[in-house]
Amino acid sequence: MKKDLLFDFTVDKAAKSVFITREFDADLSLVWDAFTKAEILDQWWAPKPLQSKTKIMDFKVGGRRFYAMVWPEGQEHWGVQKFTLIDPKTDLGWLSSFTDKDENINEALPTSQWELNFSEQNGTTTVKITVIQKTLADLEQIIQMGFKEGFTMTLNELSILLQPLKNRKNEK
Amino acid sequence: MRRDIFQAIADPTRRAIITLIALQAMTPNAIADNFHITRQSVSKHLRILAECQLVKQEQQGREIYYSLEIEKMKEIDKWLDQFRKIWETQFNQLDNVLSTLKKQKK
Repeated sequence: MKKDLLFDFTVDKAAKSVFITREFDADLSLVWDAFTKAEILDQWWAPKPLQSKTKIMDFKVGGRRFYAMVWPEGQEHWGVQKFTLIDPKTDLGWLSSFTDKDENINEALPTSQWELNFSEQNGTTTVKITVIQKTLADLEQIIQMGFKEGFTMTLNELSILLQPLKNRKNEK
Repeated sequence: MRRDIFQAIADPTRRAIITLIALQAMTPNAIADNFHITRQSVSKHLRILAECQLVKQEQQGREIYYSLEIEKMKEIDKWLDQFRKIWETQFNQLDNVLSTLKKQKK
């Protein structure tokens, strides 16, 4: 009983934004938990072989999640999400920055704004994610990091541009 | 001035020019003939594409032929693909986590 789950990934350079829509075969409260509870986030937030490790989770507006992406060899990349909007099971917003291990924000790397919307229909939950970069310069930097680091830490700060990449049906 | 390649492909006319010269090297006049835009406008777009290193120029007699730097275009693809793949990987992981959690609930 596998469903086709929608995965839409669009980059809009003019809006300096990435739009992502993904369906999940689970009810709303479970998916909400998966995005907001540290112990679940750590099971999926980092793409393998990286591992997400949440050090601090203070889930309230004005609070933050401070976490690391850890390589199998032990190298760590730290980041923080500062929660700007929490409307339970509907809307979620945060500012995402790179930090060092002591939670000092790395000003040399872009901070991006994340907006997430959750909705459920017939047991399928749709999550719409918008990631907004501040400037074109931030985009350039992200691009260069992407080239250099390939699959690594760029995770958190997606970026901008180009024509839509078409819907991709994503098999479970 | 250095430009980023994403600036180059943000414009629909430039995307059309890219598509055109991907097939064969062309002079600015020949490119202009394919669009309802002026030779000056084509030159402006070609200059931006050249600044982004997306096009090669080759002098043949009195004409300059423009062709596409395929490798540079691949970089765009690669970059976008990376981000899409990262998300894909993450979401597939989340699918598995959700399915495990659902079983535990029962």
